[in-house]
Amino acid sequence: MIGLEFGYAVAGAVFGAYALLSATDRANPRRWGNAAFWGLLAVSFWAGDLLGDIGNGLLVLGLVLIAGLKLMGKGARPTTSREERQAEAAERGNRLFLPALMIPAVALIGTLVFKQIPHLFDTKQVTLVALTLGVMLALAACYAWLRPHPVTPIAEGTRLMDSVGWAAILPQMLASLGAVFALAGVGEVVGGIAQGVIPDGSRLGAVAVYALGMAGFTIIMGNAFAAFPVMFAGVGMPVLVGIWSGDPMRVAAIGMLAGFCGTLMTPMAANFNLVPAALLELKDQNAVIKAQIPTAIPLLLANIALLYFLAFG
Amino acid sequence: MWVLLGIAVIVVGFLLRFNPLLVVAASALVTGLAAGLDPLSVLAAFGKAFNDARYVSLIYIVLPVIGILERHGLQERARTAIASLRGATVGRLLIGYLLFRQVTAALGLTSIAGPAQSVRPLVAPMAQAAAERQGADPESDRIPAMAAATDNVGLFFGEDIFIAIGSILLMVGVLHGFGIEAEPLELAKWAIPTALCAFAIHATRLWLLDRKLARERREIALGDAA
Repeated sequence: MIGLEFGYAVAGAVFGAYALLSATDRANPRRWGNAAFWGLLAVSFWAGDLLGDIGNGLLVLGLVLIAGLKLMGKGARPTTSREERQAEAAERGNRLFLPALMIPAVALIGTLVFKQIPHLFDTKQVTLVALTLGVMLALAACYAWLRPHPVTPIAEGTRLMDSVGWAAILPQMLASLGAVFALAGVGEVVGGIAQGVIPDGSRLGAVAVYALGMAGFTIIMGNAFAAFPVMFAGVGMPVLVGIWSGDPMRVAAIGMLAGFCGTLMTPMAANFNLVPAALLELKDQNAVIKAQIPTAIPLLLANIALLYFLAFG
Repeated sequence: MWVLLGIAVIVVGFLLRFNPLLVVAASALVTGLAAGLDPLSVLAAFGKAFNDARYVSLIYIVLPVIGILERHGLQERARTAIASLRGATVGRLLIGYLLFRQVTAALGLTSIAGPAQSVRPLVAPMAQAAAERQGADPESDRIPAMAAATDNVGLFFGEDIFIAIGSILLMVGVLHGFGIEAEPLELAKWAIPTALCAFAIHATRLWLLDRKLARERREIALGDAA
C-alpha cells in the first residue's frame, strides 16, 4: 500500500541531495553546517522510525545546535544572469508556469481519485502522496522540456533551500512543541483561564476569545505558527470543540487565519512588515503596518463571524 | 499553572531575538519540566513528536522544480504579467495585483512575487505613478506602503488555500497531536471564506483610496480658486 512512507522516501532523497550539493560547494564558507543540517533531515525522513524517541530527540538537538551556533551559510553555485532569464522568459512565455501548476493539479486530482482505490493507497494521507507524485511529474516535465544537466534542478533547489535556511523546520518544531504542550496539559490551564474570561454559556464569547487570543498571541510572538498550538490547545480544542461541539478542521483553519490578521499588525513580524518598508525606503518604518491595520481589524471581525456561523454546522 | 512558563519563554525569547529554533526547544524543556517530566523524557517526547510531524517539512521537495523554472525565467515572466496589469487608477491597479497575488499563492506559487521580487521593482513604482496622475503627494509614504500592504494581504489570505503550505501542514500536525486525522484538502477548503472576505475588505479600501484622492484634488482646486 502506498502511503506517507513513499513521500518520506522521496523527501529523504531530496534532502540527501541538498546535503551532498552543500558539502561540495566550496564557495560557501559554512558548507559543512549546511551539509550537516540537510543531512540530518535526510536521516530523519529515511530512518526516523528506526531511531527511537531519544534518538529523534538527539537529532533535533543537533539541528537546533547547528542553527543556534550560526553554522549555516548560503551556497553560491553559479546560476543564470538576470539578462539570460529575461530573454528566456520572453521566449518561453506563460508555458513557464505550467510545470509549477502541475503540482497543485496532480495533488488535487490525486486526492480525489486515490481515495477511490483504498487497496492501493493509504486513504488517510492521499494528499501528501499525490503532492509527492505531482512534484515528481513536474520535475520529469522540466527535464524533458528544459533539458538541464541532471544535477542542475537539485543545485537550484539547494540555492532556494539555503535561502530559507534553518527557518525551514520552524513549522515542524512548533507542531512538535504543540504536542509537548498537549502532554503537559497547557491546554487545560489556558482553557481554564479563558473560560473565566468567556461569559457563561456564550458561544459568541468563546469564539471571540479564541480568535482575539490567536491574533493577540501572534502580535506578541510575531508568528501565527507559534500562537496556533497555544490557542488551539487552550481554547480551540477544550472550549470550541469540547464544549460547543465545533468541527475541529474549521476551528483550526479559520483560527489560523485570525492569527494571520495579527501578523499584519505587528512589528515583530519583521520579514513581512519592516523589511518591505526598508526595501521601499519609506520614511516611517511602521508605514506598512499602518496601511494594513484598517484591513486587519475588519477581517478579524469577519473571521469571528465566520467561525460563529460556519464552525458549528 | 507553571506549565505556562513555556509560553513566557517563547514570548521573551522571540522578543530578545534569540534563534527561534533555540527558543522553541527551550520552551519545550521548560514546559516539560514544569509538568513534572525529567529532561530525558522531555527529549524523548519532543523527538517522538518531531518524527510524527515530518510531513510538515515535506513541502521542500518542490524546490528543485521552482528552482529550475526560476533559472529559466519564471520570476521574470511573472514580472511581465504584473507589468501588464492595466489600471487607470492606483486603486484599480492594486485591486488587480491583489487578485493576482491571492490566486497565484492559492496555487502554491508564493515565491513568484513579494517585496523584493515584485513590489519594489514594479508594483510600488506603477502605483505611485498612477497616484501622482490622480494628484497624490510624490513624497508621501502612503502609496508605496499600500502597495506593500496589498502584497502581504494577497499572500496571507491566498496561500492557505494551497494544500501543502506550512500553515496547513502545521495544523495537520497539531490536530494529529489530539488524535484527529485531518486531510489537508479539508483544512484548505475552509480558508476560502476568509480569502473572499479579505479580498472584499481590502479591495473596498483600495476603491475608497481612489475616491479619497479625487476628493483631495477637488479640495485643493477649490482652495486655489478661493
